[in-house]
Amino acid sequence: MSKTTYRTAVHDSIRDAMLADSRTVLMGEDVGAYGGTYAASKGLLKEFGPDRVRDTPLSELGFVGVGIGAALGGLRPIVEVMTVNFSLLALDQIVTTAAALRHMSGGQFSVPLVVRMATGAGRQLAAQHSHSLEGWYAHIPGIKVVAPATVADAYGMLPTALADPDPVIIFEHVQLYNTSSDTDSLTPTDIDRAAVRRAGKDVTVITYGGCLPKALDAADELSLAGIDCEVVDLRVLRPLDDETMITSVGKTHRVVVVDEAWHTGSLAGEISARIVENAFYDLDAPIIRVCSEEVPIPYPRHLEEAALPQKDKIVAAVKSLFGQFS
Amino acid sequence: MTACYFGEGAVAEGAFHESLNLAELWQLPVLFCCENNFYAMGTAIAVEQSQTDMTAKAASYRIPALAVDGMDVLACHNAAREAVYHVRNGGGPFFLEFRTYRFRPHSMFDPELYRSKDEVEHWKERDPIRTFTDRCLGDGALADDDIAAIRRCAEEELAAAVAYAEAGTWEPVEDLDRDVMAPATAEALQ
Repeated sequence: MSKTTYRTAVHDSIRDAMLADSRTVLMGEDVGAYGGTYAASKGLLKEFGPDRVRDTPLSELGFVGVGIGAALGGLRPIVEVMTVNFSLLALDQIVTTAAALRHMSGGQFSVPLVVRMATGAGRQLAAQHSHSLEGWYAHIPGIKVVAPATVADAYGMLPTALADPDPVIIFEHVQLYNTSSDTDSLTPTDIDRAAVRRAGKDVTVITYGGCLPKALDAADELSLAGIDCEVVDLRVLRPLDDETMITSVGKTHRVVVVDEAWHTGSLAGEISARIVENAFYDLDAPIIRVCSEEVPIPYPRHLEEAALPQKDKIVAAVKSLFGQFS
Repeated sequence: MTACYFGEGAVAEGAFHESLNLAELWQLPVLFCCENNFYAMGTAIAVEQSQTDMTAKAASYRIPALAVDGMDVLACHNAAREAVYHVRNGGGPFFLEFRTYRFRPHSMFDPELYRSKDEVEHWKERDPIRTFTDRCLGDGALADDDIAAIRRCAEEELAAAVAYAEAGTWEPVEDLDRDVMAPATAEALQ
């Protein structure tokens, strides 16, 4: 047993994919000579050469488009968009081209493209570098959207995504790269199911990505207060695993959804709607959402902390479901 | 090689510039074909382009480019032949600007308020089909009977296509969500 970081898991997964399949190529800003903004592709340019590891100009629309073309032409590209903030420049390619080509062509075109993006806040990178827009992508038919929150998923989701004949967007939360866990061996994982990270009987805490550690910390603290949380890591944001969520709600009857996106129009809203649609009579209390405050994410540390979901807010939300207001 | 077609209006999009830069940087075998008909729907080129010479834009990305009389069938053919040879033989991208004109409205809903009828009539004198036909007749390459046969052939092909389409059936509504995702995924989600 040794400790592996999320970053290393991502790196090794890309490397293993490129070793296993010569059709797999990596392109994006600073993935080559710089080694990746988050060091996730360090050494890969040297090992695989400039044909397979390509540094791109600052042209998100252009190089995502090239990735689509490459996928159409038989390659299995990994396009890295540095962060979800910059991906907005490529929305037309992802939403209006990649996601739509299969349906528009009656199945004649397949776009086996993987787009990896860093996402989220917490590093004082301020308003233009701190978005959580996974929910926007989860809105779009024709693609899959995943959010690995554990070291095992950071490694395991990529090969499955690469094997998928449709576009898959992988979101890596910036606060997760330095996290680590003991790992025996890292293997491919599914990209269909949510995972119960902590079993419990009193309340279901549903979350994904960078909020998972906060939810688990909150669950630890709440257990000292006699509240037993079941923490569900969505893992896959499109398609959502309704079965796992509904089964949990059937057991606990109370739900808190933790989502780093802004409150209004959040994916947490979609999850709430699904629970109401499918498990209304299992609920003993309204669903509570813990999301970001509706402000552009601030630069000063204390304001950024106040804007984002935190362990304390999750604890308070859960306690309120049990009439505990501290 | 890949042939990529677009109008001069699309040249204003960032995607155009990103694409040309990437194609030249990575020596991609792309033939860029700009059909410049001087109007982006209803917007005249001088209203929306600071540089109205499309080949100059390609040159700024160091992509070889030719401006072609788009109303001359043989000029188009010759330019395309040269460009295709270049791209197919490892020469990297090439850019063709076909200077042409749209006789009809952009769509059924276009009242053509943005140009004069005189201008349209003036360009119609250079109708490529008519001028090429006249040239073939003048050079003796084709006779009147040949022209008539070509026209009849085209009309029959069109009529057959229309008949085939009109005899067809609408795609069933049950197929609405077919091909959103790959079949294996769709099955798994059932």
